[in-house]
Amino acid sequence: MAKTVKLMQGNEACTIGALAAGLEFYAGYPITPSTEIAELCAEELPKVGGKFIQMEDEIGSIAACIGASLTGKKAMTATSGPGFSLMQESIGYASLCEVPVVIIDVQRMGPSTGMPTSLAQGDVMQARWGTHGDHPVIALAPGNVRECFDLTIRAFDLAETYRVPVIVLSDETIGHMREKVVLPDPSEIRSVRRAAPSSPAGYKPYAAEEDGGVPLMAPFGEGYRWHVTGLFHNEAGRPTNSGEVADKLLRRLSRKIEKNADELADYAAESLEDCEIAVVSFGSSAMSGLSAVRRARKEGVKAGMLRLKTIWPFPEKAVAELAKRATRVIVPEMNLGQIALEVERVVAGACPVQRLGKVNGELFRPEEVYAAIMSAARGDDAAGAGRAAGEAR
Amino acid sequence: MSDILRYFRQDMLPHIWCPGCGHGTVTGALVRAIDKLGLSKNKVCIVSGIGCSSRAVGYLDFDTVHTTHGRAIAFATGIKLARPELTVIVMTGDGDCAAIGGNHFIHAARRNIGITTIVMNNNIYGMTSGQYSPMTPKGMYGTTAPYGNVERSFDLCELAKASGATYVGRATSYHVPLLIDLIHSALQNKGFSVVEAISQCPTYMGRKNKIGGAVEMLEWIKDGTVNVKAAAALGSEKTKGKILIGELHNAPESEYTADYDELIDRVQRKYDKFQGGLYGCASNSD
Repeated sequence: MAKTVKLMQGNEACTIGALAAGLEFYAGYPITPSTEIAELCAEELPKVGGKFIQMEDEIGSIAACIGASLTGKKAMTATSGPGFSLMQESIGYASLCEVPVVIIDVQRMGPSTGMPTSLAQGDVMQARWGTHGDHPVIALAPGNVRECFDLTIRAFDLAETYRVPVIVLSDETIGHMREKVVLPDPSEIRSVRRAAPSSPAGYKPYAAEEDGGVPLMAPFGEGYRWHVTGLFHNEAGRPTNSGEVADKLLRRLSRKIEKNADELADYAAESLEDCEIAVVSFGSSAMSGLSAVRRARKEGVKAGMLRLKTIWPFPEKAVAELAKRATRVIVPEMNLGQIALEVERVVAGACPVQRLGKVNGELFRPEEVYAAIMSAARGDDAAGAGRAAGEAR
Repeated sequence: MSDILRYFRQDMLPHIWCPGCGHGTVTGALVRAIDKLGLSKNKVCIVSGIGCSSRAVGYLDFDTVHTTHGRAIAFATGIKLARPELTVIVMTGDGDCAAIGGNHFIHAARRNIGITTIVMNNNIYGMTSGQYSPMTPKGMYGTTAPYGNVERSFDLCELAKASGATYVGRATSYHVPLLIDLIHSALQNKGFSVVEAISQCPTYMGRKNKIGGAVEMLEWIKDGTVNVKAAAALGSEKTKGKILIGELHNAPESEYTADYDELIDRVQRKYDKFQGGLYGCASNSD
């Protein structure tokens, strides 16, 4: 078992993870802070017989990835906020047509061009609801460089398993930060490939064995001759105007994710057993949060940390469990409260939830989160504690 | 006829097009060209966007993709690059291709990727009931051009040629044998091929412009076009204002996915000790 030890940045780790998962196709458009992923794919994919293409825009990039995936290839694109916005229509297409694809969104400040290319985590809700209509989606948030590797592999596995677009919600700091990373021996990595039918006879591309089931997916060019359409379709893939068929299809697509929520939930816990002041965070904000929690512990405050690695579906059980013990939940994030909204929904008044949003493009200083924890420990009210954390509110 | 029907998903018929629509004629021409070439149904993939023309793929018994509006060529680019051995065809309309999809169109032409694009040009947005398109001639009417279209229209064939397409032709739903021949040639070109098929929309274009029904529209199409070979003999005076039909450009060049495969060979020869493993980035980079 040969491990690889290397100093690398998050974007690099995402790319190496993608290659480890069996990436065969990349289409993308240059945008900071994601471009290193495209550059590395351009260099590495031909070595393994894979294909790289720089498309004319992000709309074309996601479209080309979906096209490649239909031929059976593992496909990925990477972008940042403005490009992620442009991809939304076809992300909905992939959701409805159940085409596996991985999208890495290295978040930057927005809306619009923003303050290029400072840190933000403002695409949480866009990752969930960016495309129109109810649709299934999975989003994962790496919290360090090694996790960029791990969660990109997981993104491919989930995309292939559930036939959904999977978004890796990285951010500018995670993407550009360099850390020493120990990568496992390649032989330890098992990657999943979508389940395929064994014969074209009677093939129904959208027939699932059970509610919330995942249909078998045939690659193009192998005699299945199936039809993929963004119109609502029946089990045979034929377009339909039947409200009954549409209802059944949309409910199955939602169930696909809902019923596997426990398996999809992924998070890291620190000192939660006896914690009174809980910090819930993700991505780069969680690095500062964790540092603050450890410092507070040293000061004798029972602080703990729940760091979300799966953002969508939202890990409801873990957050609800936390709220049973905590006297306050603090949510530091580089936006004005997108994850906090979800935490509030799940906590449902069991304890106060304090939003600690920050939108000035600079990573949280651990002191900012620490101040909020200490203020909470003193019993200051949540709104006051937010103000006490200064510009972080 | 029975030979042609085998290329259709007969459970999907009848189609949704209006009586007198030209899109069925164009779809028939494509299928006849495929039949003439003897292509295996399993190795042809047909991609479309959104609009009346784009509904064609649902009726065809191949691997087919009815994509998002304007993006057919981009989806097709992914399919062709991932599986170059497939014959990849795009069926699109004047709005889908020349308006919302214009950028993908010119870049696919620039790359000379092996995709044959059939543009069904009925000079109007039919699916949304008659708005003017980038192919609506100046002065003609649409529901969003109630006082006559102020905009100039594209010559899509000139655009394709200027952008780098290596095969370009134009025919009409009136000139069906020519249309079949052009698609037949386009499918044999290894690079990016464009066949514009002028088609009639009696429901909106015909009514709004008081041209008449399908027959009158076909006559309007016939009278408005001249074969490129005949045009050369007739001289510019007699062909003024007419649309050229026939093979307009045929200049083969190396095809994009073949060039990319060559790149892979070249890279793999250079990194011949590469194990195809995971961390090539760590050990094989210069």
